[in-house]
Amino acid sequence: MIKYFLSGVLFGVILVKSEVVSWWRIQEMFRLESFHMYGVIGSAVVTGILSIWIIKKFRIRTWGGEPIVPKTVPFQKGQIFGGLLFGFGWAITGACPGPLFALIGAGFDVIVVTLLSAVAGTYVYGLLREKLPH
Amino acid sequence: MSMIQWMQRPWPWYVAGPLIGLTVPLLLVMGNKNLGVSSSLRQLCAACLPAKVPFFQYDWKKEVWQLFFVAGILAGGFIAGVLLQNPRPIQVNPRLIEEMKGYGVGEPFDVLPNSLFNWKMVFTLKGFIMMVVGGFLVGFGTRWAGGCTSGHSIMGLSNLQWPSLVATICFMAGGFFMANVVLPVILKI
Repeated sequence: MIKYFLSGVLFGVILVKSEVVSWWRIQEMFRLESFHMYGVIGSAVVTGILSIWIIKKFRIRTWGGEPIVPKTVPFQKGQIFGGLLFGFGWAITGACPGPLFALIGAGFDVIVVTLLSAVAGTYVYGLLREKLPH
Repeated sequence: MSMIQWMQRPWPWYVAGPLIGLTVPLLLVMGNKNLGVSSSLRQLCAACLPAKVPFFQYDWKKEVWQLFFVAGILAGGFIAGVLLQNPRPIQVNPRLIEEMKGYGVGEPFDVLPNSLFNWKMVFTLKGFIMMVVGGFLVGFGTRWAGGCTSGHSIMGLSNLQWPSLVATICFMAGGFFMANVVLPVILKI
């Protein structure tokens, strides 16, 4: 499990160093006032697509020797409704779930409130799940 | 420029973006793990208060790597944000600074506007909306959507999953609407 911890450390360092944890950067993105966030997400996706293509092409296996099977995502309506709600939350808080953890680590202790509220939101979703369209 | 000054500098998009993208194959090669952060919030619910909610009654220990991953993000935030903190104010578009001055938000000295995100503000209407309601929407929305920026926009798109593109478009649409139409009203409170 230490390897996943260390991957997280790396991920957290990148999130802070690239300033994608910044409320200001998120506001710029949603006002089309800067290319920065689009560059980060776009180049991350291109790198990810190439990586998975290489993994599939050369049938690369895991360290444990298993075949690698990246997840597939079936469509459900939550991707629209939940996606919009998350978009609202992202623009208000300036943070998606990864940055919430990184910001707390970076010393913004009040973001604990936002994180706990996000856990509460997840919990309420669990309670209402049967009643929501999927 | 000293070594320390060099390490304190923020990274341009073309350095950070590919590195974020490389976490996708890294986690896959380590053990068939799909990059995703928001499911860790479900894990926290399942681990702490599973009480009779079917959605949280699953073997969360099987996916416990996610909790190690987010604990790592926290530590990474400390390394980059405290130990290697960028001493210079973040360089954002002057138009944004002007707009935010109009709402009394102040200058971007820090990663977050300190005038909005602080403990006193939690107990005001504006701060409650910004931190508590905003956080709730993040947790509720990502779980309903089945993922967040990392799970859908990075991992899902990397594996060419069209439903992840639908989710990403909705994240952006929601964000554009909130940032340009609703947030100005909230900031004027």
